[in-house]
Amino acid sequence: MQQLVQNLLAVGLHHYLILAVVLFGIGTFGVFMRRNALTTLMSIELILNGGNLTLLAFARSHQDMRGQALALLVIAVAAAEAAIGLAIVVGVFRNRHNTNIDELNLLRY
Amino acid sequence: MTENFPLSLIILLPLLGAVLNLLLGRRLGNTFVSLVACSAVAGAALVATKAVLLVASDLPMRGALVDQLVSGDWIVAGDFKLQAGLTLDRLSSVMVMVVTWIALLIHIYATGYMEHEPDYARFFGYLNLFTGAMLILVLGDSLPVTFVGWEGVGLASYLLIGFWYHEDKNATAGRKAFIVNRIGDFGFLIGICLLFTVVGTVKYADFSSIAAKLMTPWWMGWPVGYWIAILLFVGCAGKSAQIPLYVWLPDAMAGPTPVSALIHAATMVTAGVYVVARCHTIFDTFPEAAKMTVAGIGALTALMAATIGIVQRDFKKVLAYSTVSQLGFMFVGVGTGAYAAGVFHLMTHAFFKAGLFLGAGSVMHAMGGEGDIVKMGGLGKHMPITRWTFFVYCLAIAGIVPFAGFFSKDAILAGAFAAEFRMAGNMAPWQASLVALYPKLLWGMLATAALCTAFYMWRLYFVVFTGEFRGTKEQESHLHESPSSMTLPLVVLAVGSVLAGLIGVPAIMTHGLPESAEHLFTFFTSWLSPAMVPASPEPHEHWLEWALMGGALTISAVGIGLAALLYRGGISQRAEGLKKSLGVLHGLLWNKYYVDEIYDVLLVRPLRRVSGLLWKVVDNIVIDGGLTKVGPFFVDIFGAMAQRFQNGDVQRYIIAVMVGTAGILFGSTYYLAYQGIQGELKIDKRTVTLKLGDVRMRPGQLIYAIDWDGDGKFDETNVRFNSELKHEYGNAGEFKIVVEARDPVWNMVKRSDDWFFGANTPLSAKVE
Repeated sequence: MQQLVQNLLAVGLHHYLILAVVLFGIGTFGVFMRRNALTTLMSIELILNGGNLTLLAFARSHQDMRGQALALLVIAVAAAEAAIGLAIVVGVFRNRHNTNIDELNLLRY
Repeated sequence: MTENFPLSLIILLPLLGAVLNLLLGRRLGNTFVSLVACSAVAGAALVATKAVLLVASDLPMRGALVDQLVSGDWIVAGDFKLQAGLTLDRLSSVMVMVVTWIALLIHIYATGYMEHEPDYARFFGYLNLFTGAMLILVLGDSLPVTFVGWEGVGLASYLLIGFWYHEDKNATAGRKAFIVNRIGDFGFLIGICLLFTVVGTVKYADFSSIAAKLMTPWWMGWPVGYWIAILLFVGCAGKSAQIPLYVWLPDAMAGPTPVSALIHAATMVTAGVYVVARCHTIFDTFPEAAKMTVAGIGALTALMAATIGIVQRDFKKVLAYSTVSQLGFMFVGVGTGAYAAGVFHLMTHAFFKAGLFLGAGSVMHAMGGEGDIVKMGGLGKHMPITRWTFFVYCLAIAGIVPFAGFFSKDAILAGAFAAEFRMAGNMAPWQASLVALYPKLLWGMLATAALCTAFYMWRLYFVVFTGEFRGTKEQESHLHESPSSMTLPLVVLAVGSVLAGLIGVPAIMTHGLPESAEHLFTFFTSWLSPAMVPASPEPHEHWLEWALMGGALTISAVGIGLAALLYRGGISQRAEGLKKSLGVLHGLLWNKYYVDEIYDVLLVRPLRRVSGLLWKVVDNIVIDGGLTKVGPFFVDIFGAMAQRFQNGDVQRYIIAVMVGTAGILFGSTYYLAYQGIQGELKIDKRTVTLKLGDVRMRPGQLIYAIDWDGDGKFDETNVRFNSELKHEYGNAGEFKIVVEARDPVWNMVKRSDDWFFGANTPLSAKVE
């Protein structure tokens, strides 16, 4: 019993990677399935965080700080992306009173 | 011997002024603009003077100051390497002094003349640009650098001729100047290329040792030096307004008067003369047919332009033809081998011709822009400074002793008279006698041209400044002397026109003077020749030289006398009568020998017709009707296909991105595995070494399985990539080898015996 608990508590690389995949999957699912632009943006954040977690897990596992540096960069890019994305969503909402991405198709052929 | 000196400063100061004036001048106001423009040129003039003093005091005859314009190589193309540098020797010293100081005077003059001009900053920006380009032309140490300046002054000239581009006439004149110059520049450029191809150098410093190479026979039996000289001269004829490319200069008077004075009289148009003197080694190539051509064209131009000048009514047109004519004199100078005389005349001419133009500007300023001399008259009372300075310039250009023009023109005439052209020895007697007579013919043409010069200049003087005013009452009430910013340069140039000639007095006039005086009076000749340019030819007998001098003086006096007879105190009845009785001749001269009309029929109209054909047939029908339909046709097809993807469904875009990313990952791992099975085999007795993969692969990127003996079972598995695999066979024989590479990322597997996209790896090893 003691042994089992210890094994479960000893979190290894695989646990992180599985969590990352779960995050990435939820995010991808959200991007594909949801129609609300805001939700899509949030899902993209999840995807990015899934990627980040992978980076950090490997960085820890390989004792290589470059992974962490890259993760910081991803966070910065994600912040910028969120700012611009939200601004666009707000702009779109002011014009169309709607953020359903299926209806934002003025530029289709 | 050379010495370093920051010569690039001389160029950069005016160019900096141009940049400042063109970018900021409009905002910062006219005071700022004139301050920047004048101080930039003044700075250049001071640095140049310092440099010239160094050349004069520290360096031997052939010594030069040098500077780098571009660090390292300027142009590199294969074996062709060219450095851009500047050099100041005794010849360019003359030019630099003339250009910087006269430019400064004219900049100062222009601050007064252009006072009411709304585009003040643009004008001074261009003027600075011109000065910078002209200094590059003069200071360049090789023909290509000179060519950069050459094109730069062409551009500045074009911009300034068309300065008042709102009037169509002015813009057209600018274009004409530019196009005619392009024709010349084309010859110039070919000349430079030919020189480089045949001789292998374009640097002036190397010219002293290229004479032998220039003798290489090239085309039609003439040595290559002859052709290079002719091609360079085509460029010089364009820039310096010689037959047949002189037509742009009279039209160039459409520009503001200070421009006419600086660019189209004193400096830019003399560039051709400078280049001929610079490249005298090329022009001296035996047999001296190139020099005969240069001198002949020069004499013809001098005579033709001088005769046209006699009848013109526009103040600046007369001066323009006078410039063309005087440039012809200079070309006769350099063409007859009297290089020092040609350059000397260039210098003195810069003084009095700049002065004449500035005087013209001063008069037209008072007349409210009117340029027709028939409507002037009696202006002497109203503008005494302009009148008396103009009087001095007229004496100088007519060649009255001791004014500047006398000595330089006399040097050219004497040089032409005494010249001997060295031609091939196997000429027929009549050919030889023609060559011997040629210099006398040149002299005769020049003497006639000098007569015309004296006549038309004094006609101008008498008609404008003496007699009664013939313009309107309103114009008369506005007559006034110009502001001091304009009269000051006039006075300075007048002083120059008196004194400049005194440094080039012929040797026979200075005999018996104290040594220091003799040194001063013959300063110019000893400054240039014989080391910089060959010594000018001179008649052997002293009486002949005196006689020629006396003759020249008499000719000038006759010209002035005739002008006084016909025009003193206004246009006389006699002049009108003469005009009527010589109606045909007058018409011919008044219409400038119909040269513009002839060019129009022979060149301009055919060219227009061809252009029209190209436009209406080739462009409108062939290109617009046919060729332009081809591209859009394919664009339409692909567009029709591609537009289906742009359906506005964001999620589908995202799926496309994801699928694409996955595709790229898949493709790259496929390629990695494929690379991994490429290799080569080395057999050493029974040891076989298999070199696999690519040098860029990292250890462990691929995992191999190898079957060494072809039995279908892998002998080794899980071998990490380390580029070399070894195996030793137990017995001799031929073995089939199969390698399998696996990329662990996607588990992509490639085998070397795959039928599709297999490997060039040898699949069997034969061991002994």
